[in-house]
Amino acid sequence: MAASASSFTANSFLQPINSTRSIENNNKKTLLGNQLKDSSFFLGSAKKLYMKKPFSFQNSKSRSNGVYAVSEVVKNKKLNTDSPLSNLLITKDEGLELYEDMVLGRAFEDMCAQMYYRGKMFGFVHLYNGQEAVSTGFIKLLKKEDSVVSTYRDHVHALSKGVPARQVMSELFGKTTGCCRGQGGSMHMFSKEHNVLGGFAFIGEGIPVATGAAFTSKYRREVMKEADCDHVTMAFFGDGTCNNGQFFECLNMAALWKLPIIFVVENNLWAIGMSHLRSTSDPEIWKKGPAFGMPGVHVDGMDVLKVREVAKEAVARARRGDGPTLVECETYRFRGHSLADPDELRDPAEKNHYAARDPISALKKYMFENNLASEAELKAIDKKIDELVEEAVEFADESPHPVRSQLLENVFADPKGFGIGPDGRYRCEDPKFTEGTAHV
Amino acid sequence: MAAIIQGIGAATALTSASSLDTKKAFFSNSRRSLSVGAERKGRTFVVRSDGGLSYGLNGRGGRAEQLITNAVATKEDTAAASTSLKPGHELLLFEALREGLEEEMDRDPAVCVMGEDVGHYGGSYKVTKGLAPKYGDLRVLDTPIAENSFTGMGIGAAMTGLRPVIEGMNMGFLLLAFNQISNNCGMLHYTSGGQFKIPVVIRGPGGVGRQLGAEHSQRLESYFQSIPGIQMVACSTPYNAKGLMKAAIRSDNPVILFEHVLLYNLKERIPDEEYVLNLEEAEMVRPGEHVTILTYSRMRYHVMQAAKTLVNKGYDPEVIDIRSLKPFDLHTIGNSVKKTHRVLIVEECMRTGGIGASLTAAITENFHDYLDAPIICLSSQDVPTPYAGTLENWTVVQPPQIVTAVEQLCQ
Repeated sequence: MAASASSFTANSFLQPINSTRSIENNNKKTLLGNQLKDSSFFLGSAKKLYMKKPFSFQNSKSRSNGVYAVSEVVKNKKLNTDSPLSNLLITKDEGLELYEDMVLGRAFEDMCAQMYYRGKMFGFVHLYNGQEAVSTGFIKLLKKEDSVVSTYRDHVHALSKGVPARQVMSELFGKTTGCCRGQGGSMHMFSKEHNVLGGFAFIGEGIPVATGAAFTSKYRREVMKEADCDHVTMAFFGDGTCNNGQFFECLNMAALWKLPIIFVVENNLWAIGMSHLRSTSDPEIWKKGPAFGMPGVHVDGMDVLKVREVAKEAVARARRGDGPTLVECETYRFRGHSLADPDELRDPAEKNHYAARDPISALKKYMFENNLASEAELKAIDKKIDELVEEAVEFADESPHPVRSQLLENVFADPKGFGIGPDGRYRCEDPKFTEGTAHV
Repeated sequence: MAAIIQGIGAATALTSASSLDTKKAFFSNSRRSLSVGAERKGRTFVVRSDGGLSYGLNGRGGRAEQLITNAVATKEDTAAASTSLKPGHELLLFEALREGLEEEMDRDPAVCVMGEDVGHYGGSYKVTKGLAPKYGDLRVLDTPIAENSFTGMGIGAAMTGLRPVIEGMNMGFLLLAFNQISNNCGMLHYTSGGQFKIPVVIRGPGGVGRQLGAEHSQRLESYFQSIPGIQMVACSTPYNAKGLMKAAIRSDNPVILFEHVLLYNLKERIPDEEYVLNLEEAEMVRPGEHVTILTYSRMRYHVMQAAKTLVNKGYDPEVIDIRSLKPFDLHTIGNSVKKTHRVLIVEECMRTGGIGASLTAAITENFHDYLDAPIICLSSQDVPTPYAGTLENWTVVQPPQIVTAVEQLCQ
């Protein structure tokens, strides 16, 4: 681990602004060596990942020959703002779309908190406040056919993907008009129509499912000869998941088969009460991409435009059939882990630091500074979203609770799975099954 | 234990009984069958045993496994006179599974296989032999050794339109995929409000083999049975192996197909015509009057060994291979209970929380009034499967125990 002569230059990857983490430690960065002279097409390259020299335990630096960091794509774009007309990261319409989606995410989650404390929803409710730039920056680039796999903190991913707010709210209320008929709940949002393959409540378990969806895309293109199938899948998960085996296993498989998937790490620094730095031997998660032969990117997850630029590259790469990308977004949740978490552990200074970097305020500022929107326009969006969320609550409140007959539906796709009863008929044909009163 | 020792004499008698008695062919009601030109007639299974084997527990004699591995199931065309001669073809159980899989892959391009060494190597028990060259590496996907992840990947693929067949190289390895099987395979259809189907088949060799040690000799039915939303079937003959494989692949429900390591080399003549069995239906193996013996997978052969002795002793047992471990075919089982009024369950599963325990509960709940004697359930012992052959034999139910139990039931 001896420091190499050339220390890693900060502008070679997306340096988080004012990071509270220890990744500025130069000794760690030198691990990367000066391997960036190969200006690859995108954010690192798998082309030269083979060992150039026989591996030697004596010279551990030779191992780092294969490690590539990230390109300067985003930084360059960001810096060339001298000619604003040609170099703005977004158009006005795009900016308004991003703003609206982020405001929707924020307003929806704030409303969830209210409704939770008012006894309208129960269980564990994990809110996304503060992380909106990640969901919006990534998911708004997707087509309807593309898939999203989320975690237990999944409301906003579903909203960004297009699931109507009223369906998500209704699901949280446990009502039959919810996107999963009230059978999923906060941590299990699904929408087949919008290809939200689910909120997965256990750590890491969604990543293999996402990998499978990406496998289907490849399968359809190569086996079923659907040449136009270029669907990509995004798997969202947190920093805590990156110490779980399924994360590593799926990085391996996705890179091995060049699957069209983007692994999006929402590193909010905390796995409930476990600090990322206390749980992870090398806190730079993005570095694990190159270790598996895929680009690893570190991006400021509080800046929706940076996130979006990285996401564009990663999505394009996946669509081209060039394989997966690992993106680490440094972000922060503005609330406790769940609404049951008093959030007493995290340092107020840390919370304040990130609160000052609110991604919605940042986008607002960018749009004002670049004359992309007027205050009135954004206020109009705020109002529209407030009304939409209010309407969602009304809809959910007025919607009916599931009736008993729903209980035994959906256990099996084919209800013959309940088997044959003593009378020789399939048990699902028993009226008690349709009534939901059968004993199964 | 006493039962086993008492049974030695009976076992000796059993193995020395040389007659390969053929049973009356029984044709289960195909009313609900999905069979496509199924040829269900004129079949019965004759277990041929090596007469030289004995059940001696002193280590000198041969072991039951040898006996069973030598067991050969053949099609006995007792109904030949009344039906036109269908030539059929003879194959081993693993070849029957392969044939079923291949037919389904030909039929539906969404059917694919994934697992450890299923491709180039052809599967640890050769169930997928030759499929990778025919269908390509993507349809017969060799995965890294990452059970939890490749099982989850199969589920993700199923949610998005494929019909993966996931092989556990050994069923025991799927304990590493338990979360995916339980939370996602079993529950996701429900939690998604019915939006996503998971038409996967999870299959692989399990059961107590021949001195494979504890970890490779697992009886996982008990572990999986309480997962909501999955079906479980166990195959026991080449005929039902193929038919159940095809049914499992076509089912929109996730299905776990249990195969047994010691049954892969069973040989049987099966029909040339395509057939698909009913996943939920039990199989009548031997109709009888005195006692209902419910069994599945490899224990079917121990039961049939015992049945020969029992017949010689004047008993007429009815043997049912329940085949569907979840849900139970309560119709076939109930009809038998109503006829014999006595039930013996013989399983290789764990005693505590096993299939037998669930079956006992189901029969008590539904048919208590028809029972003339308490149900006897012979399960394997609740011990980690020992390596030593003698200990391993004492772990699983042996034919002499079955004979003793029937005698006790019919007193």
